[in-house]
Parts: sequence; C-alpha cells; structure tokens
Amino acid sequence: MSETLTYWIVIIGILFVLLNVAALLIWVERRMLALWQDRLGPNRAGPLGLFIVLADTLKLFFKEDWTPPFADRNVFVMAPAVVVICVLLSFAVIPFAPNIQIVDLNIGLLFFLGMSSLGVYSIVLGGWASNNKYSLLGALRGASQMISYEVFMALSLMGVVMLTGSFSLHAIVEAQKNCWFILLQPVGFVIFFIAGIAETHRLPFDIPEAESELVAGFHSEYSGMKFGMFFIGEYLGITLISAITVALFFGGWLGPAFLPPIVWFIIKTTGFILFFILLRASLPRPRYDQLMEYGWKVLLPLSLLNLLVTGGIILLLNQP
Amino acid sequence: MNASEKLATELSLKFSDSVLTQQQTADEVATFWVDKTEIIPVLNYLKKQSAEPFPLLYDLFAIDERSRADHKTHPSKDFTVVYHLLSFTRNQFIRLKIALGGEYPSAQSITHLWPSASWYEREVYDMFGIRFEGHPHLQRILMPLTWQGHPLRKEHPARATEMGPFKLWDEKVDTEQAALEFKPEQWGLQRHSDDADFMFLNIGPQHPGTHGVLRIILQLDGENIIDAVPDIGFHHRGAEKMGERQSWHTYIPYTDRIDYLGGVMNNLAYLLAVEKLAGIEVPDRVKVVRVMMCEFFRIASHLVWYGTFAQDLGQLSPVFYMFTDREKIFDIVEAVTGGRMHPNWFRIGGVAQDLPKGWDKLVAEFIAYFPKRLKEYHNMVMRNSIFKARTVGIGIYTLEEAIEWGVTGPGLRACGFDWDMRKKQPYSGYENFEFEVPTAQNGDCYDRALVREQEMIQSLRIIEQCLKNMPEGPYKSDNPHSTPPLKKNTMQDIETLINHFLNVSWGPVIPKGEAMSCIEATKGWNSYYMVSDGNTSPYRSRIRTPSFPHMQMLPYITKGYTVADLLSILGSMDYVLADIDR
Repeated sequence: MSETLTYWIVIIGILFVLLNVAALLIWVERRMLALWQDRLGPNRAGPLGLFIVLADTLKLFFKEDWTPPFADRNVFVMAPAVVVICVLLSFAVIPFAPNIQIVDLNIGLLFFLGMSSLGVYSIVLGGWASNNKYSLLGALRGASQMISYEVFMALSLMGVVMLTGSFSLHAIVEAQKNCWFILLQPVGFVIFFIAGIAETHRLPFDIPEAESELVAGFHSEYSGMKFGMFFIGEYLGITLISAITVALFFGGWLGPAFLPPIVWFIIKTTGFILFFILLRASLPRPRYDQLMEYGWKVLLPLSLLNLLVTGGIILLLNQP
Repeated sequence: MNASEKLATELSLKFSDSVLTQQQTADEVATFWVDKTEIIPVLNYLKKQSAEPFPLLYDLFAIDERSRADHKTHPSKDFTVVYHLLSFTRNQFIRLKIALGGEYPSAQSITHLWPSASWYEREVYDMFGIRFEGHPHLQRILMPLTWQGHPLRKEHPARATEMGPFKLWDEKVDTEQAALEFKPEQWGLQRHSDDADFMFLNIGPQHPGTHGVLRIILQLDGENIIDAVPDIGFHHRGAEKMGERQSWHTYIPYTDRIDYLGGVMNNLAYLLAVEKLAGIEVPDRVKVVRVMMCEFFRIASHLVWYGTFAQDLGQLSPVFYMFTDREKIFDIVEAVTGGRMHPNWFRIGGVAQDLPKGWDKLVAEFIAYFPKRLKEYHNMVMRNSIFKARTVGIGIYTLEEAIEWGVTGPGLRACGFDWDMRKKQPYSGYENFEFEVPTAQNGDCYDRALVREQEMIQSLRIIEQCLKNMPEGPYKSDNPHSTPPLKKNTMQDIETLINHFLNVSWGPVIPKGEAMSCIEATKGWNSYYMVSDGNTSPYRSRIRTPSFPHMQMLPYITKGYTVADLLSILGSMDYVLADIDR
C-alpha cells in the first residue's frame, strides 16, 4: 500500500510541478526577454508581475473555444493534446533525484526519443486539420524539420550510451559520478542541444511558426485553450530538453553535498531554460532549406564521426 | 549655352517644330510639349538613341486642365500627361507633356519602352480615366475596383460630405468581397504546370511581415515563388487631391504623413517646389537648420528600417535597441519642433521657430552617443552569420535593371552607382557639407542594408557640421510669401500690412507656374510637382514617391526565391505603405 501511495505522490507531484513550471515560464520568458531587450516586461500584476501567469492562464480559459467551420473537427481537437501528452509522458523517465523518478525503464532513453518523435504528429495534424494555407506550410516545414533532426538527435546520444553501457537514464546519471559526460562527449552535447532546440521549434529554429512569414504557422487557426495546449506544450518541451540535457551531460542530480540532489537538478535545468530564452533574444531565423542543409550536411556526418571516434576509443581502452 | 538650351537644340535638330515646342517653367527642368502621336518616337529617341540618353523614367502623371484659371492661354485644354525622365550622363531632368482632348481621352502606352510605366499608367487611368492603348493590364490600382468615378478629375468631390451618406448594404458587401477575390487568369498566371498544381497564397492586407496594409498574392510551387502580384491602395488617402483643396500653407501637415518615417523631410520636398514657384530665397540659417532636421529624420527612418528588417528575419532584440535610440532623436526633435513623428515644422520661406536655447547641447550629446551604438548594431546584425545567410545573394538586381524599373536611393547605390541627389543636384545648401556617398557592389539584400547602415554614419557627419557651423540670422525669409509673413514692418508700410493681412487670412497667393523639386529622401528620391494657376491653393500637386516604383519591381525580383526570402526582399526594400499609396 505504501509503495503504491509513494508512486501516486511522485506522479501527481511531478505533474503538478511541471504544469506550474510551464505556466511560470510565461512570466520568466517575458521578463527575461524584456531584461535583455532594454524593456520592463509585465511588471504590473502582483509582486514582480508574477500574477501575469494567472491572468494569462485565465485569459486562455475564458477565450472562445473556436473551431473554424472549414477545419477537420476531430483531428483539429486532437492535435494540441498530442504534444502535451507526448512531452508529459517523456518526463516519466527523467531522474530528478536518486529517488524521484516515475519509472526507471531500462530503455529510458529510447522511450524519450520515441515520445519526442510522436510529438511531430501534433504539428502535422494540427496544420493539416486547420485547412489553412499558412498552417499547411508551417506543418510541412515542421514535419521535415523534426524528422531530420530526430535522426542525429538519437545518433548524438549513442556516445553517452556506449560510455554507460545502458539506456537507463538513472544508470547514465550514476555513471557520471567521476566525470560529467560533457567533458567526454562535448560534440555529442552540442549536436544534441541543437537538435533539441529544433525539436521544441524555438528560435532560431521556429521555422514552423515563423511569425513574420507564416503568421503563426501550424497553429494560426487555434485559439483559446487549444492554442494554450500548444503554448504549454512548447514550454514543457523546453523544460524536457533542458532536463534531459542535464541528466545526460551535466551529471543530473550530482553535485556537492551541501545542497540536496533535487536542488542541483533544478538549478542546472533552470540554467538551460534561461539559455533557451537567451537564444530567442539574440539570433535571427535561418531559412528552411538552410536549416535542412545544415542538419544533413553538417550535423549528421559530425554525429556519425563522433559515434565512430567514441566507439574506437572505448574499444582501445577496454583492450585487455 | 546652358544644359536646357543644349537639349532644346538637340531635339529641334531631330524633330520638327510641329512635334516639339518648349515651355518655360519656374524650375530649371527643360519642358517640351510633344504632339501626342509622336510621344513614342521622342521617348524612344531620348532613351535609346541620344548620345547622352535619359534611361530613367522618373515620373508619369496627368493634370486635369479643364478648370485652370489660365486655361485660355494654355496649350492643353482638357488633360495633360506629363513624363519626367532623368539622364545620368547629363545630370538633367527633362519634362515632356502631351495634350489630350475630350472627356475620357486615351494615349499610347509606353510600357514596352519602360516596364515601370505600367503602374504609373494604371494610376493615371485610375485617377483621371485616361486610357492607355497597348497597356497589358489597365486596371485601377489605388482605388477599389468597385469605385465610381476618377478622383483627381476636377468634377469628383473631394470631401465625403459631398458624396451622400455611406450605406453598406448586404449587396455592396457581396460586390466588394467579390472584387477582392483573386483570379489568377486575369493576371496571366497558370493554376497548374505540367508537373505541379500551384498554390495561391494571399499575404496581407493584414500580415505581420508586410509592415502595413499591403497585399501580395504569391503563386507558389511548394515554397518557391513562381510569381507575385502586389495589390496596393489600402493606404490611399488622396493626398494629391487634398492638395487641391488646402491652402499652400495648410498643405504642409499632409506632406508629413506621406513617408511617415521621414517627418520634416517631406516638408522640405514640398517647400522646395513652392519656393521655386514663389521665387523665395531662404536665409542660410534656415538651410542649415532644415538640413540638420532632415538628417535626423534620415537616421530615425533608417533605424526603424534596421530594426524591423532584423525582426523580419527573426531577430527579435535589435528593434528594441534601435527604437530606444530613435526615441533619443525624437527627444531632440521634440525640443526643437514640439512634435515627434510629424512635426509639421518647416514653413514656406523658413521654419516655424528659431532653434531653442540649448539645442546644441542636445545635438552634441547625440553625436557623442550614437556611433558606439551603430558599431554594436553592426556586430549584432550585419556580422551575424545567419543574417548574412538570409540576405547575401538574395533579391539581386543589376544596375541596368534598377534604372529600368526606376529604383532610386539606397537601392540604386547598392548596385555600385554613387548617385546621390544631395551631391549631384544639391538643394538646401547640401553642396557646403562634406560627406561620402556609401555604395555597395552586388545589389542584393545585404548590400542594400549595408548602404543604409553607412548612410547613418554620414548623416551624423552632416549633423555634426551643422552643429559646428550653424549660421546666425533670421529663421524665415522676408519674402512676403513666407508663411506666416514677418510682421516687423507692418505698422510702417502699407504694402507689408496688406501682404500680412492677406497671408494670414487667405494664405499666400503663389504666382502662376509649375515647378518640381527632387530630394534624396530616406527611401529614395521624393518630388513634389506643384502647379499654380495663381490661386490660394495648388491647382495640382503631384507627389512622386520612391516606394511606388520599388514595390512595382517586387514580382520581378522575387521570382525563383522562397517565401522566407520574400521577407528579406521586402525588408531590404524599406518602403512604407503611405509612401506607396499617398
């Protein structure tokens, strides 16, 4: 009984924290962007403008939940749910601390990759069901971008798997006791992080949305809470990629003992989330074909090379 | 023998007197009446055969002469079509006029000579009902397709109150909607090719990337642009028509709003034409003050362009920094003029007030502050490799193409041609300033950006010279046409009293004549061609804006690029809709 209860507490606790973090990111992003852009940002509602989170969420709930008459209704409603479900399910395998993890799958990493691949359906279906030309263009861009970046996202992580000898995220973190994998796998980290940005389609890889070109890309027709789902899905995605990066390359919960492991994890993850926002404040957006070219011609060969070199070195060191 | 006489001799050797007669105007532009059947050979000669050709069609417009006060003595009784050409080798404009008779006359189209004549002829058709034979697509351009009448004809009402109450019946909604529908066949566009169905994507009039109410219809194969059709006129406010109703003085605020980022620079273009008509010489201090304010607005306008260009390419931050700097310029503008974007501060024969005490300190502070910021922006935007990837080699046109399509300003200089009106045909004392004319070689989006960026540095140099050499003296000419006229002698001299009384009650009466100005505005060359029939308001005011031909060129330069490139091209063009539609 007590074990089941602990599970429930962990699951509900993580869900609660994640959804709140995603909502809080509305405020964090707007305030940080403002800071970097010589502005104030939302600072009126509540202390430091924190209540903007509440106001924004309420606004999304109370907006008319509109489905355009020309849209494919069922698919249109389903699409935003897909992204949130996929991202939330991915969090099941994240080791937040030695004892806070929903399930330690022995194929944890593959599960994460699988889930993030499923996330692309949300964009494609949403763009398709909207029956709008801008949405369609956005969906096409999104699909091709995510499918291509998926390929070497997985490949770039294989170095970590080889070093650990396991797909379990818990084991991967444990394996970094002596040395964080960022030192052993710097190339793998860079490629994974770039692919991660593409995966969350944030600037500079926000090509599926590309505001100045495609209005709002695949979610042009969405409003109210259905748009809110895409919105929350994006912030959850940022949190997910940051958390995974920390677990895979930055020693997860590991850190000097004066702070509890979970705090170390949160600090590191926050750092990456801020980096995501900083990227948005600083970089322009490449063109769609340039992005694909960069992926297939630069990142893919590089990740293969990384795999080859890592494998070679491991073989060499393990020789009797 | 001056240039104008030389040109007259050259033309009289080529064409007989029945074809060509010269007219005297208040400006220095050689003006000829041409027999309307002979206009094509004359234009053809000027463009192609003359030893020193006129390759640029600068402007094309019409005048409704029917109610002109000096009607009787005038060669044209009903309508006149006016062509302005520019020769770079001679550094000279030429003005050709053809007289057309009848209610709804027609003329020959010159689109086969200059592709850029297409939109101008459509505008003339739209505004006057003059048809052009041989035009490939003579359709309204600025007014809605459903509009009744032709606005610049004298019988067309200028005020909404003259036109009866507006009612939007369901029927009208339907016809208006139907008129907005895009039918590719009308534009000679195919719906399918051998191996693809094309998509027609309607960008605008409400779209975050078009910076205003501009509509572009794209013919797409995937994301590749096969063709584009710009649809303009959503921002048309009838500025030329209003000129015919306002007094010479009260028209100034309307000019502010033509290139709404250019502020007082628009006033200058208008006033130079009026001052030529009235024969007003402005004092030196006025010239320098005007130059200084214009250059401030050039920087302000370029800053808006710079920031929004980066934003169009997805870089979100620069626009905030640049608008902050623009605020600093507006602080100075506000201290000097009391206004910000549209200060309406220049007056006929001078400026509204003298510079305020302490202006020099504000200007000096800005001069010390700004270069550092420009350097930072250079690193942030121009040296960014993604920015380069999005702009280098995109939207290229050659110098020949630019001239053929009437491109002026930074877009022309980005093709490697250092033609700046401030240097070549100096006005308002620009000949006394030291500055360079930045150019670039490739004519792509990046080069156009580079030229504008460098221009800001040069503008700052000019402002610095204004600060150091500001002459003392009056801020207004003592010519009686100056508005408002100087009051100092009114109590002693009856003539001055009469002038003053008339000027403040009616506004000035500008002598009969025609004159054109041409200035290097923020976006290219801006001209006002003013016709006076000796009245308190202009008989015709023609505004030639640079953005109009630039936008016309869009389909030509976007073919073969992608939707994302369209944004680079639009951004690098630096247009405002008010400048296109007027």
